[in-house]
Amino acid sequence: MNKKEVIVKEEILGSNKKVAAEIREKLEGAGVLVVNLLSSPGSGKTTLLERLAEAMHAEHRIAVIEGDIETERDAERIRKKGVPAWQITTGGACHLEAKAVGRLIPEIPVGTGYLFIENVGNLVCPASYDLGERLRCVLLSTPEGDDKPKKYPKAFASADCLIITKADLLAHLPFDLERAEAEALDINPRLRVFVTSALQGGGIDELVGYLVETRARLIERRTHA
Amino acid sequence: MHELSIIASLFEGLEEKAREHHALKITRVRLKVGRLAGVVPEFLKTAFDAYKEGTIAAEAELEIEETPVKVSCRKCGVETAKDDFIFACPACGATDIEVTLGLELLLASIELEI
Repeated sequence: MNKKEVIVKEEILGSNKKVAAEIREKLEGAGVLVVNLLSSPGSGKTTLLERLAEAMHAEHRIAVIEGDIETERDAERIRKKGVPAWQITTGGACHLEAKAVGRLIPEIPVGTGYLFIENVGNLVCPASYDLGERLRCVLLSTPEGDDKPKKYPKAFASADCLIITKADLLAHLPFDLERAEAEALDINPRLRVFVTSALQGGGIDELVGYLVETRARLIERRTHA
Repeated sequence: MHELSIIASLFEGLEEKAREHHALKITRVRLKVGRLAGVVPEFLKTAFDAYKEGTIAAEAELEIEETPVKVSCRKCGVETAKDDFIFACPACGATDIEVTLGLELLLASIELEI
């Protein structure tokens, strides 16, 4: 019997990254901008998606994948807006993985411009899993408090955009908008910040503009490549 | 608490390596886990010990090397260690920096009996 040491130096989540890269390539090749939404439970991901559905779907064709531990509730809410939506129930797992998203790719209608993936509500674990997105958006609702970015640095460090939600409650809460933005930008100076109220409509047009512009740049880059 | 699914992915890799090297068993597994990787080394160990039962790594010991966060400034080129989550260059103040260490979640090496 012999002993042997093997140097490996491989990423443990390498297989997830590989599947995510395939999803990105396939969907971007078909002109789909993939957006991964991360946040703690109850920060307003589904409500934001309902508003985006109203604001975007007629012109831009969107599709939604919902991740939750149990129930079809979120997908049903999105379908009521006339948007194709699929529910992944993880049965206990705290995050979505690329493989589960990949199985749904054949279902996405031709001509879709945007695929939103609403991750399981959790500000920790989903940050470690690439789902094939081009944009990762982290949501922070005003009732959660302005001190979250440094408490959950990975979610904010790995995101492209910060969406502050429930801004209509700012007048009633000790939430310091400047502090929240400054903390998030300390961790990640590249972050684009949007302040939104899904119930009253504030900031939604700016967010849609950012998504449309990001997709246009992506398509232009691929055309020139 | 996604450490168990990370360990499940780790075991896919371990079984593949064991087959590749015709190993009888795996006796040691070494990981590198960055401070920004978003996982708790202690939980990884608990998950590893629970998962290894009945596998080719049933008797394996898990060693975890925790790596600190380092950033490199794209403007002035200085590389510095970071533990404050303020991602600006301490030398010149620029925010155009790259994380060069601390994000990794790596299977570094394994010891086998063949």
